[in-house]
Amino acid sequence: MLLATTTSTRDSGLLDELLPTFESSSGCEVTTLAVGSGQAMTLGERGDVDVLLVHSPAAEEEFMAAGHGSRRLPVMHNDFVVVGPPEDPAGVGGAADATEALARIAAAGATFASRGDDSGTHGRELALWAEAGVRPAGEWYVVTGQGMGETLTIADQLQAYTLADRGTYLATRTRETAVVHEGSDDLRNDYHVIVVDHGGETVDCAERFARWVTDADAQETIAGFGVDRYGEPLFVPDAAT
Amino acid sequence: MTSDPLHEVLLRSAAVSLSATLLACLVAVPLGTALALGRLPGRRATVTLVNTGMAVPTVVVGLVVATLLWRSGPLGSLGLVYTLRGMVVAQVFIALPLVTGVTMASLHMLPPELPDQLRALGASRAQTVWRLWREARLPLLVAAMAGFGHAVSEVGAATIVGGNIHGRTQVMTTAIVEDVGRGEFGTALVYGAVLLALALGVNAVLASVQRREVVWARP
Repeated sequence: MLLATTTSTRDSGLLDELLPTFESSSGCEVTTLAVGSGQAMTLGERGDVDVLLVHSPAAEEEFMAAGHGSRRLPVMHNDFVVVGPPEDPAGVGGAADATEALARIAAAGATFASRGDDSGTHGRELALWAEAGVRPAGEWYVVTGQGMGETLTIADQLQAYTLADRGTYLATRTRETAVVHEGSDDLRNDYHVIVVDHGGETVDCAERFARWVTDADAQETIAGFGVDRYGEPLFVPDAAT
Repeated sequence: MTSDPLHEVLLRSAAVSLSATLLACLVAVPLGTALALGRLPGRRATVTLVNTGMAVPTVVVGLVVATLLWRSGPLGSLGLVYTLRGMVVAQVFIALPLVTGVTMASLHMLPPELPDQLRALGASRAQTVWRLWREARLPLLVAAMAGFGHAVSEVGAATIVGGNIHGRTQVMTTAIVEDVGRGEFGTALVYGAVLLALALGVNAVLASVQRREVVWARP
């Protein structure tokens, strides 16, 4: 069974925690492709993978509407954080929400590193810019075209701001950058599991995975994941059981 | 959000890799010659180092160069990380062992008595080396081409040291990786085809030089 998921679930280490349990309890063998949400969706559309674990709600709804998926269930959420230099030169610390935080970064002309990779995180970033009424372009707006971990490194080196999912930020916290804004409603990040429809058929193990990951045991694992290492959970389980 | 125009990325790739190859040759050709002809102290160790260097993954070279260039690194104050000049530095180290190794092999292929004969004819050391380089000019050209090919086609160091920053440090190989990451396999294939065309072009130049040489060599 082929699972396409976002780099954030791999980089945070959650998959390493979940998959062995699923494999031993179900007898299914899972091959994981950790890619951007954009690529995950394309792979699903082409029927190259059997199940998706992704976080781009708008793209997911299109995906379902086009008939590429047979089922879509909420699994968990985490949140995005605005990270930047600890001295916070653009003064985003006092912003009411992330939209205002980004507007302040643009107004100050402070360097902002964007993933620019059509990932779920990049999609959220663009939505926030649109909300803020800013067209992000110019010397201050640096597009890396890479994953979250790489973009965090580049942001650190350039003393730039960036938008990151909390999981990856915490899992790779070896840098000088700090969280300068967090907790507002426009930073919530929902993950869904989607069983890919292969011309009217689905793969049995994919169905089982969707059931298993939204079931009580897996949801409990998700709720506790990261507490021992980071002192706080990285994800909040969302499947009603 | 799209990548930079194709011709800009291509130009950046060619500029970085050509500069790096040129700089690498300035060191590698004399070094390879010295290793092939001389009886330097530490020669065997250096030859081993060069041979090993040819097999070091470029991503490791990139990592080491990046660690030096990062803000916290010993050369951080130069501000070379995520710049084209930083990428040139990395690619010099990528091309260096290969050009040195092929130079060494090229000179070994010449008749072994040639250096002594030249000296017996009264040639100075500089004249001897010059003459040997002329004799081995085709394989030396291959050495440079191989260095260029290695530098222009690698992606690991270009990503780590360059950062694939749009409009600044994105090159052909990092653009391909990015497009694959976005699920745009078609665009990635186009970039791949253009890179292949560049390699073909470089090879065509080499082949035409070789053909002319062969014609000249006939009495």
